[in-house]
Amino acid sequence: MNRYHLTHLKELEAESIFIIREVVAQFENPVLLFSGGKDSIVCHHLARKAFYPANVPFPLMHIDTGHNFEELYKFRDELVKETNARLIIASVQKSIDDGKVKEEKGINSSRNKLQTTTLLDAIEHHQFDCAMGGARRDEEKARAKERFFSHRDDFGQWDPKNQRPELWNLFNGKKSFGEHFRAFPISNWTEMDIWQYILQEKIKIPSLYFSHQRDCFIRNGVVMAKTSFTLTKPEEEITKMQVRFRTIGDATCTGATISNADNLEKIIDEVSSSRITERGGRADDKRSEAAMEDRKKEGYF
Amino acid sequence: MSDQYLNMDLLRFTTAGSVDDGKSTLIGRLLYDSKSIFEDQMEAIEIASSNKGEEKVNLALLTDGLRAEREQGITIDVAYRYFATPKRKFIIADTPGHVQYTRNMVTGASTANLAIILVDARKGIVEQTKRHSFIASLLGIPHIIYCINKMDLVNHEEEVFEKTKKELVDFSSKLTTKDIRFLPISALNGDNVVNRSKNMNWYEGSTLLHTLENIHIASDQNLIDCRFPVQHVIRPQKEEFHDFRGYAGRIAGGVFKKNDEVVLLPSGFQSRIKSIQIFDNELEEAFAPMSVTMTLEDDLDVSRGDMIVRVKNQPEILQDIEMMVCWMGEKPLLSRGKYTIKHTTNEVRCIVKEILYKVDINSLHRDTEDKSINCNDIARIAVRVTKPLFVDKYNINRTTGSLIIIDESTNNTVGSGMII
Ligand SMILES: Nc1nc2c(ncn2[C@@H]2O[C@H](COP(=O)(O)OP(=O)(O)O)[C@@H](O)[C@H]2O)c(=O)[nH]1
Ligand SMILES: [Mg+2]
Repeated sequence: MNRYHLTHLKELEAESIFIIREVVAQFENPVLLFSGGKDSIVCHHLARKAFYPANVPFPLMHIDTGHNFEELYKFRDELVKETNARLIIASVQKSIDDGKVKEEKGINSSRNKLQTTTLLDAIEHHQFDCAMGGARRDEEKARAKERFFSHRDDFGQWDPKNQRPELWNLFNGKKSFGEHFRAFPISNWTEMDIWQYILQEKIKIPSLYFSHQRDCFIRNGVVMAKTSFTLTKPEEEITKMQVRFRTIGDATCTGATISNADNLEKIIDEVSSSRITERGGRADDKRSEAAMEDRKKEGYF
Repeated sequence: MSDQYLNMDLLRFTTAGSVDDGKSTLIGRLLYDSKSIFEDQMEAIEIASSNKGEEKVNLALLTDGLRAEREQGITIDVAYRYFATPKRKFIIADTPGHVQYTRNMVTGASTANLAIILVDARKGIVEQTKRHSFIASLLGIPHIIYCINKMDLVNHEEEVFEKTKKELVDFSSKLTTKDIRFLPISALNGDNVVNRSKNMNWYEGSTLLHTLENIHIASDQNLIDCRFPVQHVIRPQKEEFHDFRGYAGRIAGGVFKKNDEVVLLPSGFQSRIKSIQIFDNELEEAFAPMSVTMTLEDDLDVSRGDMIVRVKNQPEILQDIEMMVCWMGEKPLLSRGKYTIKHTTNEVRCIVKEILYKVDINSLHRDTEDKSINCNDIARIAVRVTKPLFVDKYNINRTTGSLIIIDESTNNTVGSGMII
């Protein structure tokens, strides 16, 4: 590599840091949505880089479905302690208890969709004017058209056909009273870029990403973890399997992958030879062809 | 696993061409043949294709993501796609070809290192080819590749390719783009896209993917004129960094080194660079487009919107600015109208002093009579801004030479300007 030419990871990093700093410069009260998954961990790492030696000048917010894996909560709390982060937890359980949303019923029920209400309520309650998230454009085709700075009306909704043009590195975060923004600093990263960056930067991630033994069952061809809150049918047999997770979401709708990859190098090899996208294991996207677009319009991450 | 990823770089390209020239098919082909399409994505478009009653799997469905686009079968917005080979990561901005979406094409072109312009071998140069070429050159894209597509429909004949190529060479001599290449392909069958065509043995050049992987982009950055727009001032409220004042930003041009003598704009104060760092890593030098934090030897009053430059190489400091503008607003551009401008990390207000001419983007003719500037029009205008901006000409520096125009009543981005 030429001395004055960046590698793809360095160029992506420079772009993302620029965007995070731009959010802080243009908004009064931003927040970083933090799920404890690898994408939000990378966003948090980039934010620390952007403002060092000062602390990250915004809090992290976890929209907690209450249906996460134990390992995830443990990891989250450790990270908050180690990095001196401020953490806000917005609870879906509380939205249910307050009667704001109704829990889905049945065997395939999930709290994934309910998160939108909790998120929008929390944004309003804390008066955040910009919520940053770790969504990537390569994840899903409706996301492929998302802007770095994404304008939301006062109902938190996204209008994909009426987005502001976004040119060069000039981001327009102007808004009227009551409106807010979503910002996506790692829009241009792919799943592979994320893994390579985690390796390059030696970033800590939850143990769930590495191969381990776990009680699982198979539903619609997807390996699902057995937890205290997953309902199973009698014919769904629980067995110990050697698995890892490619994405970490709500335990009720995130599929596991059978895998022996117990370190980052092996994960990267596995991802590069994989023939299925990481969302391929997510039941929430399979509901319809435009499922993600519809959820995003309503205000989902 | 090898460490090859530590040697990969990033190429951003945009695709243009008129409707049905095969843009979406070409992108689908690049993704498919470079094994960047996954089984579940393929499965989804197989189902969608057969639902629409199509016999072959329609690779175009991979890029047309929004519901309205799939229903109408056209690309409306800019869609970004990603793929990588062991050499490079690629970001594709797939933009629509219709005249009424010129603004989307400009958006996609603004960050591109390279443009692929598709030409239907049966039709040769059409109006859209000229328009897209003009936009690519206006937006300062350093490399253009003309792909003469659908060669299968003209019997893969060399004469057809040569004739179209000659027309394009003649036409493109009017453009400012220096690096222009020509490739005969069939996007549908994959000829010369990733794999060499057995049907066109007369063609001795490289395939499209090979060209994309090897084209030299390292020298496209301006590494001469040092420009550092201050984005954010870092003042940690911590004991151990008590006196730390860091200037955070993304280098917009040149190479900055520790101990360099610099001048701060607009104040004109001089100082030296004390340190350059990314996180806790101190660097000897840093260059565009890195995001870094700098500290200076002297305690100066620096804030967002200021610019750190070299003493002997300074940008123009202007309040009267002429530019080419691509209008993107629903309402026409108002002569004497007032707007907000964002330029680097600065925000100022402006008044439009004069509309000099409008460009007929098909004939490239300058129209000095009709000065009504509507959405998708391209014009040369002069504005006056409320405080001086530190600018370079767009063709010298795409960062310090570009700006966006914002409508103050709607907050919408309504124009993009390239400073002349
Ligand atoms: N015969 C032939 N047809 C092609 C080729 N490339 C694209 N097409 C067809 O041309 C039509 C338009 O292609 P599409 O990719 O949607 O064009 P776009 O409007 O530029 O995105 C489709 O029916 C394609 O199958 C080619 O190389 N040869
Ligand atoms: Mg298309």
